[in-house]
Amino acid sequence: MIRALVERLGSLTAVLFGVSLVSYGFVSLTPGDPAYTILRAQRQSPPSDAEVAAFRAEHGLDEPFVVQYVSWLSEALRGDLGTSYYTSEPVTTLLLESLPNTLELAVAAMAVSLLLAVPTGVASAVHRDTWIDRTSQLVALLGVSMPNFWLGYLLILVCSLWLGLTPAAGSGTLGHLILPAITLGTGLAAVVTRLVRTSMLEVLEAEYVRTARSKGVRERLVVYKHALRNALVPVVTIVGLQFGFVLNGAVIVEVVFQRPGLGTLLVDAVFARDYPIVQGVVLVTAFVFVVTNQLVDLAYVALDPRVDRGGDRA
Amino acid sequence: MSGDEPGRSYTGLGRTNLLETSRRRVRTALPPRVRANGLIRLGGGICGVLVFAAIVGPVVSPYDPTTQALEARLQSPSLAHPLGTDALGRDVATRLVYGARISLALAVVATGLRLVIGTTIGLVAATGGRLVDAVLMRLVDVQLAFPGLVLALVIAGVLGPSLRNVVLALSLVGWASYARIVRGSVLSVKRRPYVQSAKLYGTPWRRLVRRHLLPTVVSPVAVLATLNLGTVVLAAAGLSFLGLGAQPPTAEWGAMIDDGRNYLRSAPWLITAPGIAIALTVIGFNLLGDGLRDVLDPDHLEDTQRRRT
Repeated sequence: MIRALVERLGSLTAVLFGVSLVSYGFVSLTPGDPAYTILRAQRQSPPSDAEVAAFRAEHGLDEPFVVQYVSWLSEALRGDLGTSYYTSEPVTTLLLESLPNTLELAVAAMAVSLLLAVPTGVASAVHRDTWIDRTSQLVALLGVSMPNFWLGYLLILVCSLWLGLTPAAGSGTLGHLILPAITLGTGLAAVVTRLVRTSMLEVLEAEYVRTARSKGVRERLVVYKHALRNALVPVVTIVGLQFGFVLNGAVIVEVVFQRPGLGTLLVDAVFARDYPIVQGVVLVTAFVFVVTNQLVDLAYVALDPRVDRGGDRA
Repeated sequence: MSGDEPGRSYTGLGRTNLLETSRRRVRTALPPRVRANGLIRLGGGICGVLVFAAIVGPVVSPYDPTTQALEARLQSPSLAHPLGTDALGRDVATRLVYGARISLALAVVATGLRLVIGTTIGLVAATGGRLVDAVLMRLVDVQLAFPGLVLALVIAGVLGPSLRNVVLALSLVGWASYARIVRGSVLSVKRRPYVQSAKLYGTPWRRLVRRHLLPTVVSPVAVLATLNLGTVVLAAAGLSFLGLGAQPPTAEWGAMIDDGRNYLRSAPWLITAPGIAIALTVIGFNLLGDGLRDVLDPDHLEDTQRRRT
């Protein structure tokens, strides 16, 4: 167990190192000189050579790539991700302001997806191969095939513009959270419905469910008490692994609903070529993603004794 | 992405009768098995209609997708304009069929690039030494450590907004699943007697790869690629919607939704039509991919099941 953990930590460190290199390094993909591009955009006129040189010196862009990367990484490890090219605000501050909004949306979306998917998946499994099952699978197919930004505008159109139920954009209140959470949660719900269905079908075949039935336990109780509780263990962990999917979606959904968050921060920074912010957001997103996956994995091992813990069995 | 795990099925339609058919699976030629599968027929039919629309639509349409006709702006659907016109008076139906060309071509090219990059890396990892394998697999881990769309967004943004860069970005972030599948398949047959004897026989490496190793990966890779076509269409539309892909006045579905969102209340057809087009395309590819998976890879366990067994 300990050896497996050390190995895992080792490969995690290697991956995070690679992640930081990629997060930082893509800027070198930029065609042309970022300093020139940024100054030009800032002043609306071509900057002089001296100005470009000053900007490069100020942001360390005149150093070789390796030097830049090492100094960025060592600062990043101490929590300093540099400052915005435009506003000179520390990237870390901007990230800390945005992250809670995005996490709020992500958690709300996951809650929505579970609320939609668990009943549907259970109904699908219990009424396997009936019209209920087929309809729910069809709806799941629709859910996963719709572009989420489109769904977002449809919801705005119907709920905000036609019915006037919710605010169309912005953030702050629970009302502002509902539509984005539904938009983001729908695609995930489609995936989770299938998981619940598969997991439920498997559990319903299990010995203890058969035992419960033969004891004469009522069917509802069998389904909801005996089967569902066990079926949900793998589902919950796998929902955790869908976190990356949620982060992907959050970027676009935030833009649709004009919610402040990592997504809007990133998109604005990409268009403004504000690279310190871009690098910071990418690094933090990937970091959150990797760490969540590892935690979910560990939780899974802890929850399910059948999972190979590496070395224990030999 | 999002949903890029190998062979993940979104629909599960038809998975249930799979259990019965897979047991008496017969290894016959591909076509009869393919024809027998309802999902493939339905998905293939949808994709066929889209390809047909993409090829024929622009030829029969009396309108140009980019020429503005301001006197005819924001008209609701009518006989002359079955899907209405946009804010610049362009026929939405015409733009839609031109958009189909872009989306389909882009999906095929980006998926093809993913496939080539991933297969090459997986193959090299499986056949190279331990060190090569370790390095390449860490590379795979790193790629999978990023939420795909986030990284694609940044790559496309840094390279500059254009369709070509969207294709490039989506190829760079999507190859890892292929590499994993190919590596796994090749490793599983590498030590088999037929490969070993071919090696002893002095078969040249290229021939060994082509004749003995690659055939084992064709099925899982084909399934993944088909499902991937849908993912790529969604991601590309998303990037274009954000303004990173197709630039005006190009008729691209994601960009059309971006154009239409300002007229949400007055001209809801502007976002409805491209949205349905995207969804339909993705549904077609997903059904096709699920069907192919049932036919080509029936013993495939879902990720969920694999973890549990």
